[in-house]
Amino acid sequence: MKITDELIDYIGELSRLELSPEEKERAQKDLTDILNYMDKLNELDTTGMGELTHPFDEANRFRDDGNLNGDRREEMLRNAPAAKGDYFKVFKTVE
Amino acid sequence: MEIRDMTALELGEKIRARELGSIEVVRNYLDAIREEGETASAYITVSEEKALAQAKRVQERIDRGEQLSPLAGVPVAVKDNICTKEMRTTAASRMLDGFLPPYDATVIERLKAAGAVILGKTNLDEFAMGGSTETSYYGTARNPWDFDRVPGGSSGGSAAAVAAKLAPYALGSDTGGSIRQPCAFCNLTGIKPTYGSVSRYGLMAYASSLDQIGTMGRDIKDCAASLALISGYDPLDSTSVMKEPFDFSGIYAGYGGAQGLSAGASAGSSGSLSGIKIGLPKNYFETGISADVKEAVLGAAKTFEMLGAAVEEFEIPAIDYAVPAYYIIACAEASSNLSRYDGIKYGFRSEQARDLSEIFYRSRSEGFGREVKRRIMLGSFVLSSGYFDAYYKKALQVRGLIKSSFDEAFSKYDMILGPVSPTTAYPIGGQIEDPLAMYMADIYTVSINLSGLPAAALPCGFDRQGMPVGMQLIGRAFSEAALIGAAQVYQDNTDYHTKFPESRIGENKGKRPEENVRSRKGGQDQ
Repeated sequence: MKITDELIDYIGELSRLELSPEEKERAQKDLTDILNYMDKLNELDTTGMGELTHPFDEANRFRDDGNLNGDRREEMLRNAPAAKGDYFKVFKTVE
Repeated sequence: MEIRDMTALELGEKIRARELGSIEVVRNYLDAIREEGETASAYITVSEEKALAQAKRVQERIDRGEQLSPLAGVPVAVKDNICTKEMRTTAASRMLDGFLPPYDATVIERLKAAGAVILGKTNLDEFAMGGSTETSYYGTARNPWDFDRVPGGSSGGSAAAVAAKLAPYALGSDTGGSIRQPCAFCNLTGIKPTYGSVSRYGLMAYASSLDQIGTMGRDIKDCAASLALISGYDPLDSTSVMKEPFDFSGIYAGYGGAQGLSAGASAGSSGSLSGIKIGLPKNYFETGISADVKEAVLGAAKTFEMLGAAVEEFEIPAIDYAVPAYYIIACAEASSNLSRYDGIKYGFRSEQARDLSEIFYRSRSEGFGREVKRRIMLGSFVLSSGYFDAYYKKALQVRGLIKSSFDEAFSKYDMILGPVSPTTAYPIGGQIEDPLAMYMADIYTVSINLSGLPAAALPCGFDRQGMPVGMQLIGRAFSEAALIGAAQVYQDNTDYHTKFPESRIGENKGKRPEENVRSRKGGQDQ
């Protein structure tokens, strides 16, 4: 697997990461090396085998739908990088 | 005996018997951290005021005669990816520098209810991604056995703190070896419990199907006592499966608040391991393992045999595929979990951003370090359309194969014994430029997370340079009591775990690299 220039740009976009030319070059090399190593998995024939997403088979558990949170607006907003009044502050997104 | 030379249970017993006060013990540790702590860079945040206030509250409850737990009044260090209410929690990332969690993780709530006193938050690899604590935004933590070597990771700060006697015990988290490997590197005992036995609520997610919180300490009793406190069902974690908390009280019977023997702990109480079958995977010892580690772990196998266990060699298949499968799955989950860091609701926001899209891109690019970015990119790639089947789906199938290998092994054996890491602690800077080599060093630990199994890391010797060697004892799902029982018999008959590094504070002066200064500046109580 070779990570081309186009592919690294696409991966950067999926990851919402802006990469400098040096970072890009480094990432291309590292990801190519790592993926070549991961291709080792192709030595195993897994045709028709199930996929294990969790260690145990147990299905998701659901709890009763209730309001467990109090009003913690102030605590929440305290961690916001920008806030105005009772709201998170972001740039205008619609004209 | 000095306060800092006692185990957590010994401290708890003295506090319960009013021979020591919690405030006195906590102050003793805080003084030590202030004087010596920086040399190991074990802590990111030391919470002096809160710790003393908490100790005062706990002492009042003890004075009223309340039976809290065997560890009431005893201080603890907590890995800085576990949320502590109103106490800075950073995941060792610039992204969360200054983040104040509005709530306690479930494990913290439980520790507080049991009377534990949190000293502060320990250093780690950024977002727990690494095996050396070198990817921390706050600088590399040091191995107290040799300050020029890594303490391991990602729970390297927790390990450094306990090994340097800057905490009696600590919480860590283990996604692919992050409790066991630093314990092995620093001569500590640690337990990575069965997936689903300890709540992950409030643990900053790296790879949710692999992450598990566990305990790190000076011996198996301390690890067992603290694990019992944090375990059990939590409705706030949908993957919490264990109904009742662990009961290991038989292991530490005689310490405050623990009466009677629990059935599961019988191995420990009988003092012999006869009837226990231990499998020794011989393909773990064939290539890529250092001669000293091999010798020490095989020596431990002999010890187990002498103690009455039946030790048998066998071959565990598919194990060479664990590392690639693990990194595909872990990175895929990480890329999804870390998408929440968008610079809007909490965390770092770039000042360069000029529109909404730039808030995402620039905040993430400036807020995350190199290894975290690498894993996000790898994860985004293996989940992308066109590559999903070839990588992610394939890795999940291999995960199934690996779990089956262990299921089969456990149809023949009660426990599996193996090394934790192919080497002992290596020099700082030794591997960080070669990510693939770093990943491959996780060969013995990641398969346990992929299978959801419990494993205990135990000291079992030293290499020619005097650096500690660790082994791990792996058990069936939810067989912690048996594992702990066997570990207890081993520690009753060996003294590796009683060794601590000589105090090397003086000779370490001036060894701190520049970037470590950050932890000092940012490490104030919040």
